[in-house]
Amino acid sequence: MLKDKCTMTINPLQVGDQVILEHEHFQQLFTALLSRGYEVVGPTVRDNAIVYDTLTSTADLPIGYTDEQDGGTYRLKKRGDEALFGYAVGPHSWKQFLHPPVIRLWQARSDGNSFRIDAENLEAPKRAFLGVRSCELHAIAIQDKVFTGTRYTDPVYQARRGNVFIMAVNCGQAGGTCFCTSMQTGPKATAGFDLALTEVLDANRHYFVFEIGSHLGAEILQDVPHRAASQDDIQLAEDIVARTAEHMGRSMDTTDIKDLLYRNLEHPRWNDVATRCLTCANCTMVCPTCFCTTIEDVTDLTGKQAERWRKWDSCYTMDFSYISGGSIRSSTKARYRQWMTHKLASWIDQFGTSGCVGCGRCITWCPVGIDITEEVRAIRQSDSILTTMIKEQ
Amino acid sequence: METLEPILAAHPFFEGLEPKYMQLITGCASNVRFEAGTYIFREGEAASRFYIIRQGKVALETFAAQRGSITIETIEAGEVLGWSWLFPPYRWHFDARVVELTRAISLDGVCLRTKGEADHDLGYELVKRVAQILMQRLQATRLQLLDVYGVHTRGGL
Amino acid sequence: MTANIPDPMLPQVYRVQRVRREIPDTFTMELEPADGSDIPPFATGQFNMLYVFGVGEIPISISGDPAKRKPLVHTTRAIGTVSKAMRELKSGDVIGVRGPFGSQWPIERALGKDVLIVAGGIGLAPLRSTMYQVIAEREKYNKVVLLYGARTPEDILYRREQERWRAHFGLEVYVTVDRATGAWHGSVGVVTKLVPRAPFDPFNTVALVCGPEIMMRFTAAELEKRGIAAEHIFVSMERNMKCAVGFCGHCQYGPNFVCRDGPVFQYSHVQSLLTKGEI
Repeated sequence: MLKDKCTMTINPLQVGDQVILEHEHFQQLFTALLSRGYEVVGPTVRDNAIVYDTLTSTADLPIGYTDEQDGGTYRLKKRGDEALFGYAVGPHSWKQFLHPPVIRLWQARSDGNSFRIDAENLEAPKRAFLGVRSCELHAIAIQDKVFTGTRYTDPVYQARRGNVFIMAVNCGQAGGTCFCTSMQTGPKATAGFDLALTEVLDANRHYFVFEIGSHLGAEILQDVPHRAASQDDIQLAEDIVARTAEHMGRSMDTTDIKDLLYRNLEHPRWNDVATRCLTCANCTMVCPTCFCTTIEDVTDLTGKQAERWRKWDSCYTMDFSYISGGSIRSSTKARYRQWMTHKLASWIDQFGTSGCVGCGRCITWCPVGIDITEEVRAIRQSDSILTTMIKEQ
Repeated sequence: METLEPILAAHPFFEGLEPKYMQLITGCASNVRFEAGTYIFREGEAASRFYIIRQGKVALETFAAQRGSITIETIEAGEVLGWSWLFPPYRWHFDARVVELTRAISLDGVCLRTKGEADHDLGYELVKRVAQILMQRLQATRLQLLDVYGVHTRGGL
Repeated sequence: MTANIPDPMLPQVYRVQRVRREIPDTFTMELEPADGSDIPPFATGQFNMLYVFGVGEIPISISGDPAKRKPLVHTTRAIGTVSKAMRELKSGDVIGVRGPFGSQWPIERALGKDVLIVAGGIGLAPLRSTMYQVIAEREKYNKVVLLYGARTPEDILYRREQERWRAHFGLEVYVTVDRATGAWHGSVGVVTKLVPRAPFDPFNTVALVCGPEIMMRFTAAELEKRGIAAEHIFVSMERNMKCAVGFCGHCQYGPNFVCRDGPVFQYSHVQSLLTKGEI
């Protein structure tokens, strides 16, 4: 059976248990998930980036790859080892699976006298997210609040969210644009996962320290050869993550950030960033929490069949804020200001947390390298409250 | 007339004026009444008096070739009608047509402005008060210009 | 046919009973559910998302009497693609309805006080619902004053109804237009001009203001000047809406979702936003 170098724990695995999985047994996690009807999605190399897509085996993972990220820069590099999770985050986030970019909401048919609406079947495939970083767990929790935590619930999101299995990864390296420690969203995964792993890799060993986060996680891991983690094993894993926390590529001082931005809506820095921003909307596409969508009502050539589609949208588009005659936010300055103040300030009033998880994607994927942490720094440095105090002296 | 003084003194336009000036002004004031459809003054006429409207409605009007008469603004109870008496060329810029029976206090603008030239304290008080009216009219006119109920596009007028 | 819709994005099919032309480019529709079911109750100030088959969907305030269960009444101005398509609907045609959504005019705050309603242009449409409500329980309020501003005399909305209000229900109605020909015997001037002399007690009044944003901004400032506290002034904001349930993000106004936290807002809560451009 599965006894070789492992000792099966006698008691069934419990939530909170930590176990060791050897690298050669990682594939059996796939087996365990696939046999239960899960579609496994996770990181894979494509188009010179690490993206999230359907995986069939360990071989699909970005083995031996890492990413070098900076403002407006993303490069895949070979690590020189065989790490499975040796990178930070790519342009994709898990929101594409929970909050689909394009979806039909309903179809309608007219018979000349009336019309009838047929809602879409909301069933979503059972998915296992493999390799979810702590910042991404927080992003998912943030979107949970947006779509299921207010007065209305989005049935599309709820259907997909309900049957997701999450295998989190504690980061072994920080990305060039990462600042999760500033946003208190990592690098260690603390909640919201079924399983969380830390990859341990050196010249002699390659294994994973797994933490059980739920009964479902315990059930899955039960099928895979494992042994109990010792105190040393656990400490080693924690040291890896602690080291990651020391090497963040960016940082953001979030002290009083909501009021800081609210009182600086006319700060000259907005004009400055407006000279650089292309309103290309990349940041909103890659951001794991951005959720804006638009509704498109379309009809066929006969005019008898109509459909309503929902698609990702961005507050950066010219007509995002269009009403009778013109857009409210027409200038680049107004649109950049809207995005940033929503993400870091208004989000707190709306949903109780920041909208930013410090993943750094907006910095990496901005074609001109606008850095949200730098913009906050610039505003803080010449905060209007300081200039008012100086004037009054 | 003695009975007009308390009415005038209570009006915001005259608030805070020294009693000696109030007496002077009251001396130049008289009760007047205008029937609907009549004109209090016409565009181009010499502007020698101004009016505190007590009751009724007066339309400030002008006439445009194909458009006919257009009402710019109506002056109603409590408002001051006329400020052209204080500034050269001392001529009315619009017609003032009485819309409904109007009772007003008429004041001698020529007398006041002459006295104001001689006594600059009085002059300053008059100009200050008229400037206030002008400011309010300008503000309202600007809002009218914005045509807020129309449909406009960005960058269009 | 759609019944018992749990999904807030599914419209219900209504049939147009009657269409009335109001002023140029503005019309009123009376609607009833095509399947004969009940119309959900609404509070004044709320809106529905109205869907024209194959064309699109827009938010329109409800302007009927909240006490009357049928029909559902909407006054709309034909400005864009969807509203222009809506204008072509005739009695017997169908239209999709989702709602009601949004916050309401807090008329209960005015019990025992003066009610001041200031409306500009199409802004009278959502406030007509409130007028009906106030008229139905007239004795609960002190003075009830309506100040209405329109572009020209031809653009006065619900003109005959306003006459009825003025004549019959112990309401005071003052109307002004931005410009007029000599044939008009009413006031000419901006609606803010009516504020200084309107007969209400500023220290015991609740003011409801609705119209173009710029008109509301200047009116609220004028009301404050007259002595009404910002906490007793309410405005109705308008923003681009796609979903009306707080998911699409389009209607955000500062930290507010106009579809959910509005459209009716307490003036003190949005005062600082109103004076900033492009918010």
